[in-house]
Amino acid sequence: MEIEVKKVAELARLSLSKEEAILFQKQLSAILDYAHKLQALDTTDVSPTSHTLPLKNVFREDQVIPFDCPEEIINNAPEAEDHMFKVPKILE
Amino acid sequence: MTSNQNLKNQFLVEATAHELHALLVNRQLSSVELTEAIFERIEKVEDKVKAFITLTKEEALKQARAADEKIKKRENLTPLTGIPIALKDNLCTKGILTTCASKILANYLPPYDATVVKKIKEAGAVIIGKTNLDEFAMGSSTENSSFHPTHNPWNLETVPGGSSGGSAAAVAAGECILALGSDTGGSIRQPASFCGVVGLKPTYGRVSRFGLVAFASSLDQIGPITKDVTDTALLMNIIGGYDPKDSTSVNLPLPDYRLALQNDVKGIKIGLITNLLGEGISSEVKEAIKSAAQTLANLGAEIIEVELPSFEYAVATYYLIAPAEASSNLARYDGVKYGHRAKGTKDLLSMYGETRREGFGPEVKRRIMLGTYALSAGYYDAYYLKAQKVRTLIKQDFEKAFEKCEVLISPTAPTPAFKLGEKVADPLSMYLSDIATIPVNLVGLPAISIPCGFSRGLPIGLQVIGKVFAEETILRVAFSYEQNTEWHTKRVSL
Repeated sequence: MEIEVKKVAELARLSLSKEEAILFQKQLSAILDYAHKLQALDTTDVSPTSHTLPLKNVFREDQVIPFDCPEEIINNAPEAEDHMFKVPKILE
Repeated sequence: MTSNQNLKNQFLVEATAHELHALLVNRQLSSVELTEAIFERIEKVEDKVKAFITLTKEEALKQARAADEKIKKRENLTPLTGIPIALKDNLCTKGILTTCASKILANYLPPYDATVVKKIKEAGAVIIGKTNLDEFAMGSSTENSSFHPTHNPWNLETVPGGSSGGSAAAVAAGECILALGSDTGGSIRQPASFCGVVGLKPTYGRVSRFGLVAFASSLDQIGPITKDVTDTALLMNIIGGYDPKDSTSVNLPLPDYRLALQNDVKGIKIGLITNLLGEGISSEVKEAIKSAAQTLANLGAEIIEVELPSFEYAVATYYLIAPAEASSNLARYDGVKYGHRAKGTKDLLSMYGETRREGFGPEVKRRIMLGTYALSAGYYDAYYLKAQKVRTLIKQDFEKAFEKCEVLISPTAPTPAFKLGEKVADPLSMYLSDIATIPVNLVGLPAISIPCGFSRGLPIGLQVIGKVFAEETILRVAFSYEQNTEWHTKRVSL
């Protein structure tokens, strides 16, 4: 099975080297060929299971709970300024 | 150090939590003494085993002194007070590195504790460090760690299993008394099997996932890795229960799992999964499992042969569903709020792409690609939706089997531990080593792996699977087996 590695990598926001693209092409195709065996099963009247518990939406009050050390959050940022995350320019 | 002291320390690092608890509360042993013995052991064997990413000796000794204080005053004592525990490095620990064995999180200091970590601390246990894993828990050998592979203490040329390989190896090597792992497709049970220790994956929803770095949210579950079934029950009493911070944790009363530790399986109907004793399962594993079934039968259990034909499709199903969920969960690693960011990129999109290229290892990239593909327009129905429907068929197979029996048994893994490097180049062969554990996660059931034999010096694990929220039944069967065999008393020589 051929997969468009370049397009999938773009969707995943993943830059790949040439070597990685070639390797993944081969490995992912092998995995998808294996996964193809599911097509042999008749699932016409079978409903999908996305989750094993019979949970419905879980609601709670939208309350503000103060966090005691916001600077510990900001300290993890690769770049920050004045308690804000700094990102490359996105508008000209 | 005198040879007497050496002998004592050897005893301490090989003991179980419940044995040590008795010594601690009788003041024959202090938690500081015990913790020092553990760190001495780590110093001696960690170069060979490499189970840890981070060690927190100073903080651990502080916690040990606090535990000794509590014991002295008889204050808030729990079975874990003063007991050294290791945590898989995908559990958030406030102010202590939590890397997921990934370069992208190499410097991440969580601003909060996972709920299980909070509970462990409140119980007075001593956290000694963070254990190695396959990057983001994706793998079956701990070779996918971005830092270093872990070695199986029973044979250093073999893998400890994965992804909780560091936790299982640390328990087996006497580098901690207890450990926590996480299990998405077998990541607690398979390494427990390879390292000759006990590992429990609780029912989905039994233990809060708050603060567990997400891999595949509908499958992930935290659980204990210990030297015997009693310690697993004690640890479950601490970490289990509803948590408002995890909306998928279940609001059911938490039983006292100690009460499940009964040496009695008379009349219990146990299903032996015959299709996990066929092709692809090594002969020594088959023999060990059949012999374990015989032991249980001799103890009065009724063994019924059952077949769950849909298992043949479980690995394919899992490797569509888990990567799909992972590709979504791992979208958060974008170089903005935490973790690694690539330098010198020209715009936002290339910053994302380069950050993720530099930060993720090959297996994580493979799964992100696979999951993105399975969810993408034009392929969603054929792959992701199809896999979810097959998931239903697997669930129905389990339901049918559980009409006839209370628990199911099988091998935990098709073979004993394989050699380091053996499966690295062929991801599919690595995936197939999870054939016996994956179906359990897809359906959210509880299952335990306990030692049931050895082959050429390597441990073999027996998997006991229960109905939803029936941890007590599998603990009872596991405990009965353990009380009537000697496998759990074996220790490594390093």
